Amino acid sequence: MKTFALAGNPNCGKTTLFNALTGSTAHVGNWPGVTVDRREGVYKRGGKGAESIKIVDLPGIYSLSPYTPEEVVSRNYILEGQPDGIINIVDATNLERNLYLTTQLLETDVPVIIALNMMDEVEKSGDKIDAQALEKTLGVPVVEISAVKETGIKNLMERAAALPAERKGFTVLRGAIEKQLEAACAFYEKENCHSPLFHAVKLLEKDEIELERAGSQAVLQISEDEDLEAVIADGRYKFISENLSCVKTKAKRGFLTKSDKADRVLTHRIWAIPIFLAVLFFIFHLTFSENLFFLNGFTQSQAWMPSIVELGLAEKAGGEIVYKNFGVELLAVVYDGTVFSPGVILTNFLNLFLDHISSGVVTLMENAGAAEWATGLVGDGILGGIFSVLGFLPQILTLFLFFSVLEDSGYMSRIAFVLDRIFRRFGLSGRAFMPMIMGFGCSVPAAVNTRTLSDENERTATIRVIPFFSCGAKLPILTAVAGGIVAAFGVGNSDLITYGMYVLGVVAAVICVLLMRNTTLKGETPPFIMELPSYRLPRFKNLMLHLWDKTKHFVKKAFTVIFVSTVIIWLFSHLSFRWGYLPDEQMNESVLASVGMFLQPVFTPLGFGSQLGQFGWVFAVAAITGLVAKENVIATFTTLALCIGAYAGAGTEDGVEELSGLINVITADSGISRGQFIAGLIAFITFNMTTIPCFAACAAARAELPKGKFKYTLLFWLAASCVISSAVYTIGSWWWTLFIWIFVIAVVTALIVLKNTGKFDVLKIFKKNKKED
Amino acid sequence: MNKLLSDFSVGESGKIIKVNGEGRVRRRLFDMGVTPQAEVTLRKKAPLGDPMEVTLRGYELTLRKSEAACVEVEIL
Repeated sequence: MKTFALAGNPNCGKTTLFNALTGSTAHVGNWPGVTVDRREGVYKRGGKGAESIKIVDLPGIYSLSPYTPEEVVSRNYILEGQPDGIINIVDATNLERNLYLTTQLLETDVPVIIALNMMDEVEKSGDKIDAQALEKTLGVPVVEISAVKETGIKNLMERAAALPAERKGFTVLRGAIEKQLEAACAFYEKENCHSPLFHAVKLLEKDEIELERAGSQAVLQISEDEDLEAVIADGRYKFISENLSCVKTKAKRGFLTKSDKADRVLTHRIWAIPIFLAVLFFIFHLTFSENLFFLNGFTQSQAWMPSIVELGLAEKAGGEIVYKNFGVELLAVVYDGTVFSPGVILTNFLNLFLDHISSGVVTLMENAGAAEWATGLVGDGILGGIFSVLGFLPQILTLFLFFSVLEDSGYMSRIAFVLDRIFRRFGLSGRAFMPMIMGFGCSVPAAVNTRTLSDENERTATIRVIPFFSCGAKLPILTAVAGGIVAAFGVGNSDLITYGMYVLGVVAAVICVLLMRNTTLKGETPPFIMELPSYRLPRFKNLMLHLWDKTKHFVKKAFTVIFVSTVIIWLFSHLSFRWGYLPDEQMNESVLASVGMFLQPVFTPLGFGSQLGQFGWVFAVAAITGLVAKENVIATFTTLALCIGAYAGAGTEDGVEELSGLINVITADSGISRGQFIAGLIAFITFNMTTIPCFAACAAARAELPKGKFKYTLLFWLAASCVISSAVYTIGSWWWTLFIWIFVIAVVTALIVLKNTGKFDVLKIFKKNKKED
Repeated sequence: MNKLLSDFSVGESGKIIKVNGEGRVRRRLFDMGVTPQAEVTLRKKAPLGDPMEVTLRGYELTLRKSEAACVEVEIL
């Protein structure tokens, strides 16, 4: 089977063409060593006996210089992957810049065919492009296509299949660098290198990869002082503009296109930021809100819609709601006291489905006479674990859908444009904003979204602070603990505490990014030289394929890493030291509880360790189970509150009563002062917000981080959460410690500044001492 | 009259004479079509004054002021 590589600029319709060519055969992986999508598929040719063609989609690039991972991957594949040919997609509406890459591809010895895409748009605007003239000028086949309308694709692939197997590199650069080029070519030909012409030109550009080749430096000596890089770039564009005049005839057009008009509003000097905030609000509202469009009023007191229980369609029995029939259960998916948003409806629906499966399995096992531990393991451990992760899927996908629309429509790059000024201060670019804001929804899609950041250090720093943007699953921890504080101590306002925690997370993220960008992840602020593509309506098919990729990815993870870890945690929480099975009510005697008691002193500096007395281990266990999924934190509290007799009711949904019961029991038992306990509880929330995120997020972060950075990232999360929560605890308990923290921060800042300006290096003193020893 | 691209006011246009700077930034500018002879127009500045958007070779490019300071332009 022949293999063709698909190469072209970003936004030239490459993905659309790839989807049209390969349909359902496409699969996505990563290029070795970097987190750049590697997409492959098979094009089936019509006609008898015609061989299928394998298509490898190269990432969108502007050039083959070695500065971004995308460029390096494409270049390596073209030169070393031995494709039978390159299909170069050229956006006909922007020939000039697109052909720049073409002139570089032509310098290789690989056969090339040019797909002139978006010809329909060119014709609509009244311009004309003479494909035949272009073919004559470039010396390779040129085929007009429209990837969106799927026209010309068959012709393209037939001509591609008929390409001769051999081609000799061709360059548009002549005249000015003739002498140097000849010398460089001679060098590579002597080395017996494939595509000598391509390498030769790159060497003259003082390309890093070529300069590493032994003996290549000598060739450069004849042109020592000349700025060949500029001459070459200039030469390419000169060739393009000279030859374009005979190829393209432009029609006269009005000054503003539709895209320009949209842009005038969306990046308006005053309105840009408010519009953007409104868009963001609606995305989150439609994904997470349990009160769609505030139909049920803005506050609790304005609520007027009756709940399902109040309508008499269901009854409350022992903390659980029993629905009259399946129809009512379905109604509860969409409405219960308030109208839910699409994201919540999808989640409810999936959970309804999953609940029925798991209760069905459990009933089946009970009827078959299975032991209690076995039904517990299957029902709570295995199915419960997998389903709790799968339950996220609808909201993750909804969020992803919205962000894909923003990306595909071209609005995302405008947002980066608007916000770059702010982000540069922290050593990031405007693009880092999106993954961070997605973090408020869910860290998993947020981590995946960091792919749009081309700078590795920027990506690492962003992934590390994503968990600080408190996600949807952490909100219940905030509300339950804050609610517990208010209920038990009768102080403060739980909404205010929750809001304050969000702010604290953002502040922590900013400080940590600043710290990392000045120490371990140093490097110049990545350049922000970017195309602003015209606004386009997103293609439905592309969006769906995009979502399908994500779903496959996520489900695979749910059934591997997450599955194993949830089963292990379940086992430890239901196993006694004598290998006996413990039901939920005796979790306090389990191995996990002992681990919690053992670890309790570790949390003392953070405010929720030994000072909480004999029942304080509950907090340690909750923090551990939270590592699997943050939902577990509150679930653990409610279970353990029952175990130690802090709460005797039937169990509440939000956990506030259990928490306040726990707080009362612990206060009575340990005699801890009010102020100190409140500070400790807030520190506990802080810890959960800033520590290692759930398994799903860890798996996503691991996949997106550069090689070898994941273990340091885990360490970073641990260290950051310990430092931040102990700061919260100490300042909350003894206000004057604030000055100590300020002093420490000032000293650290001063040392970093001194080190970075080269005046004084603390680390050097340690190194010196070691040598003397 | 020569001017740096970073000193442009909205609506001004000219012909690029020289691209300074080095390494990654300069290479990237070349790859995006910011080369001598190209005509460039400043379309707008971001709401916070930086980065800026220019029209060049028939498309829209955004770059920061610090990057635009590498580009010398002759006002026509």
